[in-house]
Amino acid sequence: MSLFLSILSVVLAIALCLAGWRMVRGPSVADRFIALDMLTAVAVGFAAITAVATGRGAFLDIGLGIALINFVATAAFAVFLERKRKSE
Amino acid sequence: MTIFAMLLMALGAAFLLVAAIGVIRLPDPLQRLHSAAKAGTMGTALMLIGAILSGTVDASAKGLLTLVFLLLTLPLGAQLMGRATYISGTALKGIKDDPLDQLLDRTQDPGTR
Repeated sequence: MSLFLSILSVVLAIALCLAGWRMVRGPSVADRFIALDMLTAVAVGFAAITAVATGRGAFLDIGLGIALINFVATAAFAVFLERKRKSE
Repeated sequence: MTIFAMLLMALGAAFLLVAAIGVIRLPDPLQRLHSAAKAGTMGTALMLIGAILSGTVDASAKGLLTLVFLLLTLPLGAQLMGRATYISGTALKGIKDDPLDQLLDRTQDPGTR
């Protein structure tokens, strides 16, 4: 089971690197925030893996917190992007 | 940890990997959003269900709460992001006629985007 969780972690790490690359390169601001969305999704996946590996349910709380912050950040950024284009 | 839970977690990780590949490979921001929103939601949901069903975690209520919250907010956030991306005048690749052309006041010149 430990090997299985390690393999899952490696797969998620690859996904994390790909999304991070899009965040670094991303030609527009929107691309970077889409990559941030993707990064938080992967982070919740990591929280789930850690919860299974350690047997502590508290890591699922961490996943909930990350999801909450992600939603607020996405909503705030969407409003910011719309206002920014209208004011110019 | 049951085989079923392992299968769900592996499937979820595969979905997340596919979503990340889509974020890298697809040509314009709206298509990248499409990949990140749908496949990303599916992947995280499957991983959380796998963690709940694994039997090693004694917090299925918290896991279910996280799952419901994710399923409610990720599509909502993707919708907000898609709207903002469209209004900010991003380049649309592979679309000949734009059905939303007259409906939203879209910035015509992307500029710095």
